[in-house]
Amino acid sequence: MKRILLTAALLTVLLAACAPVDLNAAIPAYDTGVDPEAWAQIPAGEFFSGQHNEVQSTAAYEIMVTNVTTAQYAAFLNAALADGTIRVEDGRVSGFYPGDVFRGYKHEERIGAGDYIYIPLDDPSQRVKYDGAAFTVQPGYENHPMTMVSWFGARGYCEFNGDRLPTELEWEKAARGTDTRPFPWGDEIAHGNANYYASRDPFEDMNTFGSRTSPVGFYNGKTYDGYATLDSASPYGLYDMAGNVWQWTGDVYENMHYRFMRGGSKDTYNMDLRIWVRNNATPTYVSPGTGFRCARDSQ
Amino acid sequence: MQWLTDRYKYLFSSTKGLILVAIALIALVTATWGMLSGPMAEMGVGQVVASFLSMDLVQAEREGRIVTLYHVIAMAVIAIETYMVTSLVKMKSVYKTTINATITVGYIITMLSGLGFAYFGHSGALHGIYISGLTLIFFAGVLMVIALWPWNKEYHQADPAYARTKGGVDLERAAFFTTALTTLLSALFGAIPGANFGNGFQVFLAENVIRYTGKTVLEYSVIGHLHIMLALIAIMITLIIGRWLNFKGILHKIAMPLMILGTFVLNIGVWGVVTPFQPIAHMIIYVGATPSMLAALLLLIWSWGKLSRDHTAHIAKPNFFQRVSGLLRDPLKFGPTWQMLFMNFTTSGLGIFMAVKLDEIFRVWPAREERIELTGHWHVLSAIIATIILLYYGDIVGLKGKWRQIYGWGIIIASDIALAAVTIFEMKRLFISEAEQQPLVNGLMYAMDFGLGLLLVLLAGMLVWRLIDLFKSKGRWTEEQSQELSQEVIP
Repeated sequence: MKRILLTAALLTVLLAACAPVDLNAAIPAYDTGVDPEAWAQIPAGEFFSGQHNEVQSTAAYEIMVTNVTTAQYAAFLNAALADGTIRVEDGRVSGFYPGDVFRGYKHEERIGAGDYIYIPLDDPSQRVKYDGAAFTVQPGYENHPMTMVSWFGARGYCEFNGDRLPTELEWEKAARGTDTRPFPWGDEIAHGNANYYASRDPFEDMNTFGSRTSPVGFYNGKTYDGYATLDSASPYGLYDMAGNVWQWTGDVYENMHYRFMRGGSKDTYNMDLRIWVRNNATPTYVSPGTGFRCARDSQ
Repeated sequence: MQWLTDRYKYLFSSTKGLILVAIALIALVTATWGMLSGPMAEMGVGQVVASFLSMDLVQAEREGRIVTLYHVIAMAVIAIETYMVTSLVKMKSVYKTTINATITVGYIITMLSGLGFAYFGHSGALHGIYISGLTLIFFAGVLMVIALWPWNKEYHQADPAYARTKGGVDLERAAFFTTALTTLLSALFGAIPGANFGNGFQVFLAENVIRYTGKTVLEYSVIGHLHIMLALIAIMITLIIGRWLNFKGILHKIAMPLMILGTFVLNIGVWGVVTPFQPIAHMIIYVGATPSMLAALLLLIWSWGKLSRDHTAHIAKPNFFQRVSGLLRDPLKFGPTWQMLFMNFTTSGLGIFMAVKLDEIFRVWPAREERIELTGHWHVLSAIIATIILLYYGDIVGLKGKWRQIYGWGIIIASDIALAAVTIFEMKRLFISEAEQQPLVNGLMYAMDFGLGLLLVLLAGMLVWRLIDLFKSKGRWTEEQSQELSQEVIP
């Protein structure tokens, strides 16, 4: 009897492990009150960079207060499709990239001039849909960060609007301010600060679909249906600079084709939300946990 | 007072007592510090433990804490292997006593001051004592290299059943010597950059700098150090198990030269990462790993044949199933080599697969995914080494009958379930997308938690049993006081 029970328990676990995930499970809709069109001014000057607090400096620049949303990205795609900046074919959106200098370094891959993927359209995790004529957003995800977007797609969005991706240093300064805090809001992290792995936010269910993105600016101190968030803006007023989605940055480094991401995501442990933590991937990489925001020189 | 003195003498001067203390301390540290990370951390247990123990967990110092914790545990494991070597391999008793005493003081000092420094405020004094502990361990290693000197005629091998040179040099002893010597040199390989980074507190974890170009010589040195030290701990436990099982015959004669060659070349390859040979260092490492792994395979073939024969000796012509049954009869003797084989599925094979498919698969994944694979596979290797030690320890303490079966098979099955789950977890991106992975991840987590939990329960059971035994005036400990592992080598 004991053996039967043990076998049954093991089989249950195995079967549960094979259960399909409903990627379109209902998602709660909240208006965070944070404007995704807002930009923050970052002054020129020194700041502490990295885990070991090296002093670095930047010129003055502006950076988006939130990550680019799916609604913003869909609007961009419609405009870019209309003026021929992007192409839709083979289940994906692509656009032109002028290429990197290739030095043939160990493990370096050539990124030549040509068309590269912006977003896949045939991936079930993609929240921006294309009906053959226009791009729309899956209802409920309009104010969520744009994900399933490659580095090329992130850069394409920013450049289309006359902006650019922030450099790693710019991103870090915008997240940290001028002190040595490990998180944008301070020294410690609590569940109400950010969307990260098993953070018990209203968008996750670790027993079924796992983590999902939260609307941009969600962690602003408001309470949503009884779920209280902490105001987790960075010293310059930026939201989601830790957790929710990794954010592509713009640097292209010598001897490597990898592009770097910052901020951690809904899928990472809180240690990866520390400001200095870096992640990287090939520029064609897309993920439901990777998005971006833009920066521009101060006007 | 005499009561305490007797137990103290057993715990700190007998081989079996020293091994028990080290295992108990590792278990204590693992159980306590394990609660700071997943899945306990997600449940909030980590925060409670940290708060209860007044730990000072500064976010920026996480990597430094982890490096210290790894060293603390690794030093105790090295101490256990040292006790086993000094008890199994012939050497002057003065060396044995001095080595054991030095390394015991060394690893306990390292453990207490290391954890104190890393987790309970940054006392510079504690860091200094921590370094002193590591230094004592290094010094014990120097003594062991001297004690294992294979060219001493006193230790020549007279029995032609064992690997030896024409001049009579015992090649198994030479393999122990080579491993001990290269361990010392490779410890320096980590100590030098460690001193540099530690001095400026610019610590880093190797898995976090993968893909970065322009790594410095000292960074390469740290990366090489952690790889080679784990490999050498694995090689040493293979030699120890071979000695315990009394590995001999033609396969022993082939295996020992291979082990010496493999160990030497492996080290050359790893040290090569800081030389102009860096571009071909990995190739040298593969060349070195091959004979070492082949030697372990020969031990496995020999031991499985012997176990099967020994347990079917009473049957005139045993059939296949009787032979397999004979092989599996004693999990404590079968387990160590089985775990070595299992290691090839979870660690070595995976490592080779990764190397072959690096640019095609693994470097296509984001760095954080590759990090999971990297940290996972060497945690698995560490756990496998730990299970081999625990299996051997089950025999050392004389487990018999039903408890021998429960303990032995419990460790093998529990660890293999957990480690297989870890391996699938590491490789999940090959067959499932990020968006659809959660049910699989949950299933794997359950398997890991079940396996590791059961393993810890077995270990706790063993330690509680040993603790109770210490309260008995004529407990098992009184017999173990004078027993040496060399007396228990299988005939």
